[in-house]
Amino acid sequence: MLAFTLKRTLVALLVAVTVSVISFSLLRLSGDLAQSLAGPSATAADVIAVRKAYGLDQPIAVQYIDWARKAVRGDFGDSFFFKEPVWSMIATRLPVTMTLGVCALIFALVIAIPLGVLAALRPNSWVDRLALTLSVFGQALPSFWFALMLMILFGLKLRWLPISGTGTWQHYVMPAIALGYYGMPAFMRLTRAGMMEVLASDYIRTARAKGLRTPTVLFKHALRNAIIPVVAVAAVQFGFFLGGSIVIESVFALHGVGYLGLESISRADFPVVQAIVLILASIYVVLTLLADLLNAFLDPRIRVA
Amino acid sequence: MIPRIGIITGTAALAAIIGAPPADAGKKDDTLNIAWDQPVDNVDAYFNTNREGILIARLVWDNLIERDPDSFEYKPSLATAWRWVDDLTLEFELRKDVKFQDGQPFDADDVVYTVNFVSDPGNKVLNQSNVNWIKNAEKLDPYKVRINLKAPFPAALEFISGPLPIYPHKYYAAAGPQGMGRQPVGSGPYKVISVEPGKQIVFEKNPVYWEGSPRGKPKIGKIVQRTIPEKTTQIAEILSGGLDWMWYVPTDQVDKIKTVPGLTTAAGETMRIGYLYMDAAGRSGKSPLQDVRVRRAIAHAVNRPEFTKTFFGSEASVLKAPCFPTQFGCYQDGPQYSFDPAKAKQLLSEAGFAGGFETELYAFRPRQWDDALAGYLRAVGIKANIQFLQYPAMRDKNQAGTTPLSFADWGSYSVNDVSAMLPNFFGGTADDFAQDKEVQDWLKDAGSVTDKARRADDYKKAITKLMDQMHMLPLNSYSIYYAYTDALDFKPYRDEIPRYYLYGWK
Repeated sequence: MLAFTLKRTLVALLVAVTVSVISFSLLRLSGDLAQSLAGPSATAADVIAVRKAYGLDQPIAVQYIDWARKAVRGDFGDSFFFKEPVWSMIATRLPVTMTLGVCALIFALVIAIPLGVLAALRPNSWVDRLALTLSVFGQALPSFWFALMLMILFGLKLRWLPISGTGTWQHYVMPAIALGYYGMPAFMRLTRAGMMEVLASDYIRTARAKGLRTPTVLFKHALRNAIIPVVAVAAVQFGFFLGGSIVIESVFALHGVGYLGLESISRADFPVVQAIVLILASIYVVLTLLADLLNAFLDPRIRVA
Repeated sequence: MIPRIGIITGTAALAAIIGAPPADAGKKDDTLNIAWDQPVDNVDAYFNTNREGILIARLVWDNLIERDPDSFEYKPSLATAWRWVDDLTLEFELRKDVKFQDGQPFDADDVVYTVNFVSDPGNKVLNQSNVNWIKNAEKLDPYKVRINLKAPFPAALEFISGPLPIYPHKYYAAAGPQGMGRQPVGSGPYKVISVEPGKQIVFEKNPVYWEGSPRGKPKIGKIVQRTIPEKTTQIAEILSGGLDWMWYVPTDQVDKIKTVPGLTTAAGETMRIGYLYMDAAGRSGKSPLQDVRVRRAIAHAVNRPEFTKTFFGSEASVLKAPCFPTQFGCYQDGPQYSFDPAKAKQLLSEAGFAGGFETELYAFRPRQWDDALAGYLRAVGIKANIQFLQYPAMRDKNQAGTTPLSFADWGSYSVNDVSAMLPNFFGGTADDFAQDKEVQDWLKDAGSVTDKARRADDYKKAITKLMDQMHMLPLNSYSIYYAYTDALDFKPYRDEIPRYYLYGWK
């Protein structure tokens, strides 16, 4: 297990470094940072002075090492647009995105797992068809459209939920449903497939033969094994929710990291974009690593695969 | 970009359910909830160029003089009297009973510090044309100041009553533009309670706002401004009672909102004009736009009447010059370009582009407008790839000279004189894509004399040449549609400045 953990951690670190190198290089190539920093009324001499002062005249490898050294300490520089430290901007907005991601994940799991179990218990029945239909809709519906439909129904028609903003927990309900519904089908299909496989296995037949009650067989013996792949996908999906919440944050005017990233791209606010890419990628990498380790802990076969 | 597509789909969907009466939440707690779609980069009025920044400035700071929003006459404000000593010197008598929101009394030091700070190019105020006509300010006594001009500048009072708010000198010297942006302090009718950059600004009535201000005592207790980027979301909020006021309501939604009990809409033409700006000077690199025939072809390709009617409604009008018709010097009889795609194709063919060409079209306003313009160009063979940015990013690219073709608009800071428009784009500034020396000289002359006839003649020559060479295609004036709760006593103004301090509850 130790060798496996070390190997996976090393791979995760390499992925994080690779992402940071690629994002740093791409952003450096997409425009003249010195010109942006110096401002629109800067003279050519101002731009040269800024280029020197910020080390932008150095080779890109030297710039990267300098940036990475500061980034490790949490110093991502200042936003060109708001002139605020990038870290404080992200720190203010990250809780919004994390809350949204967690709520979306809970929603997706709470809907997907029971549906997957039911579908597996009655394959090809109307329950199974209904679950598959919901799953297909979840993946086919554009999330912004679904978000607007929720807004119309729950915000305008029924007046149950606030339409936009982040003031209360109710503000997260519609965004979480809109985001979670998109991720739900993957969990549902995995649960269904896992349960069908496990239910056909010998030890379940033995459990039934011993006269155990159906709920005990299903939840104590079958689901615990069937759900292992769901754990791995849940971690990855959570990372996806964090990065993929851009559209939902924009529609519901949630001022989270996703929306900040979107706005920063259109404002050419390089330090913010760079920091967001790195932080979201790092979260994703860490979550994937944790999922791998958890899976390996639950299923020893993975450690030797 | 998905959210922009969402606007169209979502707005159409919202239209279908309009009919639900909004709750009247704002009046109950004496809070006006408003939304803007553009964030303000720095609340300091001299370090943003957003229209929304002007709205904040009017709430938080006062000017030396006030331009009446209806009659456009100048009225005393922080200055009780003023006079031209000569063509280069303005003298102001100051009010003695004004205090800033931090308790500091207002006097000549505040005027002198503010004016000298913003007119120093080293301090890099964002819009230099607002301040670069000022030489300096000097204190004559504690309540008397002089503003010295570099050269005669006839529109000086327009600027002094507009984009030149006065700051408390001690606070500004200590806080600087960033500190002022985070915790603004002024003498105006509202004070800022909190600034969450790009998200929300909360204002509260200044309980000790000075007697005798032309802005009057503020009526509404609290104003909560939220940045909501999607218009669809804004509409949903106002329909549900989450907002009390919004502007730039999409034209296709106005008639529907009108029918909603509890909501009212208003419209008004504004000084803001839309335009297509072409890089004739080749600052962004060699391109077909350097050929005047190509620029004229573009002018003939765009169906401006249809564009105006579709997106701006009946209040807006197609423009004959790159300025608003009421502005002094906005000559209306220069060369004109009718919608004529056949002629556009012929001109492109003569220029050697019979098969069309490809260019980038930079834009920041709603995507539907950009798509429509790109569609007109496509119909004559020009493939315009839309580069959609936020305004500050586009402004930086314009000023860096990297935009071959831009669709943008300009509100002249609500100054009723073309000196607030033309020199900014054609006076040899960072925004000048014409680089026409002759035009630059006319504009310079018009900006340096007080003789009205001579100024008018200069502007006539400049506009005639600009239209003949088709450096900038003037599209239309903007009409803004507002939607607000019935409970709000609201009135729109032609200078596109909603004056929240004048509004109250019915």
